Amino acid sequence: MALLGAEVNVGDLVFRGFAALFAVSIVLVLGAMALQMWVAARPSIAHSGWHFVVGRDWDPVRDSFGALPFIYGTVVSSLLALTIAVPISLGVAVFLTEVAPPWLRSPVSFLVELLAAVPSVIYGLWGIFALAPFLRNHLEPLLGKTLGFLPLFQGPHQGFGMLAGGIILAIMITPTISSVSREVLRAVPDNLREGALALGATRWEALRHAILPYARSGIVGAIILGLGRALGETMAITMVIGNRADISASLFAPGYTMASVIANEFTEATGDIYLGALAEIGLLLFAVTLLLNVIARLLVWQVARAPEGARG
Amino acid sequence: MTERHWQRKLVDAMVRGLCLVATLAALVPLGLVLYYVTSRGIGGIDRAFFTELPKPVGETGGGMANAFVGTLELVGLACLFGIPPGVLAGVYLAEFGERRFAKLVRFSADVMSGVPSITIGIFVYTLIVLRTKSFSAYAGGVALAVLMLPTVTRTTEELLRLVPESLREAALGLGVPKWRATLSVVLRTAAPGIATGIMLAIARVAGETAPLLFTAFNNAFWPTGLGQPTASLPVQIYTYAVSPYDDWHQKAWAAALLLVGMVLILNVSARLLVRPRVRSR
Repeated sequence: MALLGAEVNVGDLVFRGFAALFAVSIVLVLGAMALQMWVAARPSIAHSGWHFVVGRDWDPVRDSFGALPFIYGTVVSSLLALTIAVPISLGVAVFLTEVAPPWLRSPVSFLVELLAAVPSVIYGLWGIFALAPFLRNHLEPLLGKTLGFLPLFQGPHQGFGMLAGGIILAIMITPTISSVSREVLRAVPDNLREGALALGATRWEALRHAILPYARSGIVGAIILGLGRALGETMAITMVIGNRADISASLFAPGYTMASVIANEFTEATGDIYLGALAEIGLLLFAVTLLLNVIARLLVWQVARAPEGARG
Repeated sequence: MTERHWQRKLVDAMVRGLCLVATLAALVPLGLVLYYVTSRGIGGIDRAFFTELPKPVGETGGGMANAFVGTLELVGLACLFGIPPGVLAGVYLAEFGERRFAKLVRFSADVMSGVPSITIGIFVYTLIVLRTKSFSAYAGGVALAVLMLPTVTRTTEELLRLVPESLREAALGLGVPKWRATLSVVLRTAAPGIATGIMLAIARVAGETAPLLFTAFNNAFWPTGLGQPTASLPVQIYTYAVSPYDDWHQKAWAAALLLVGMVLILNVSARLLVRPRVRSR
C-alpha cells in the first residue's frame, strides 16, 4: 500500500470512502432519530411543559396531556419484570457457564436464544388467550388469598393488568439478561475460577468469592440492558396490560405503558399537539433507553471486552 | 470439620439445583407458547388461508394471502435498504476502522440495537410518512431496515475479524489492491457466517409489529404498489388478536403458527449452518 509513499490505489480510496460513508450513516441515523423526535415533540413540550411528566390527566379532546400514568405503568411493569427475570436469568447464566455438563450447554443456550426469537406479537397473543385467563382463574386468587394483606395483591381478579404485563416482559427479557451475563461470566479469566477451586472451594464458593466479584459490573450491565428492553417493549405488553390510564397500587389492576399509548393512539392522533404529545412520550422513551444502553454497554465492555470478535 | 464440610457441599448442591430450576423455569414459557401456537393454529390452516383475502367483519372464511405478500415485500425492502449498508459498515469497522471514529460507530450500533422499535416507527413516520402523506411499504421497509442495520453491521464485523490475518497478507502479497483483497478474499471467506447472521436478523424483523403500525399500516386488499399501505402478518395477528371475533382469533393463531414456524426454521438452519464452522475453527 502506501507504505513507501508511492502509489495509492484509487480503488482503495473509493472503497474505503464508501465503507466509511455507511459507517457514518449509523451514527447519523441515531442522531437523526433524536432530532426528528425532538422536532415532532416540540409543540407538545411548549404546550404542556412540566405538566407533561407530573400530570395525571390524558385528555386529547381538551388538549390536556399528562403522561404520568403511562410513565408509572412503564416503570412498574418493568421493575416487576426485573424482579422476576433477574434471579431466573442469573440462574440460567450460571447454569450455562458453571453447572451444566459441557454437552448440554450449547443446546440449552440455543433454546434460551429461541425465547428471544419468538416475535413479541406472539407472546401477546399467548398472553391474551393463555396467560391472562390463567392469572384470573388461578394465580391471582392464590396470591390474593396468601398475600392479600399487601395492597399489591388486592382488588378484583381481571387477568389483564400490571401482573400479566410484568410476567410477559419477564419472559421476554430473560434471554437478554441471561445471554449477556453468560458472556460476562465466560469472560472471567479461567485462572480465577481454577485458583478458587484449587484452594478447595466448592463451585458455589468459587462463584461467590472469585467469579462474581470480577463479573459484577458486567452483570449489572446485563440487567440494565434487560431493563432497557422492558421499558421499550411494545406489542406483547399492550396486548395484556389492560390499557387503562390509572395509577393503582394493585398489580391486578390494569395499567398503561408509554409504548402502548404510542402504539394505540399514534395513527389516530390529530393535530400537532396531540401528535407532539405522543412523540414526546417516544422521545422520553428514546432518551431513557439510550442512556441505559450507554451505561450498560460501558459496564459490559469493561468486563467482557472480548479479545476482539471472540464470540460464538 | 466434617459437619462444616457437609454444610458447604449442601449449599453448593442447592445452588446448582436452583440454577437448574431457573433454567427450566425460563424454558417453560417457550414450551407453552410453542404448544399453544401449534395446537390452536393448526386447525386454521387451509388452502383459503394462503390464497384468499380477509373477509369483512361478520363473514367467516377468507384468508390472509395479502399479509403474506405484504410481509415478503416489507422484508425484501428491509434487506435491500439494510443489508448492503450494514455489511459495508461492518467491513469498515473490521478492515479500516482502528481509531476513535470506529469506536464511536461500534458504540452507536450497539446502542441503536437497544432503541425501542416503536420509536423507530415514530422516526420513520416523521421522516417518510408525513412527507409522502401516505403509509407505504417503503416506509415499513425503511423502519425494518433501521432495525436490522446494527445487527448486520456488528455481525459482519465480528465474522470478518475471525478471518485469519494470513489470508489478507497472502492476497496483498500477490499484489492485489486492498479493496479486491477485502471483497474477494476476506468477505468471501466470511460470507457463510455473515449470511447466517443476516438470516437471524431477517427472522427478527419478519416478526416485528410495532415499527410497522404507523409506517406500513395495514390493508385489507392486495398490495397494488410499494407506495400503498401494506398488510403484514404480525400486524394482522395483532389486529385479529385484539378483535372480539372468534373466527378472527382462530386466524390469528394460524398466522402465528406460520410466523413462529418461519422464525424457528430460520433460527435452526442458521445454527446448523454455523455449527460445523465454529467447530473447525
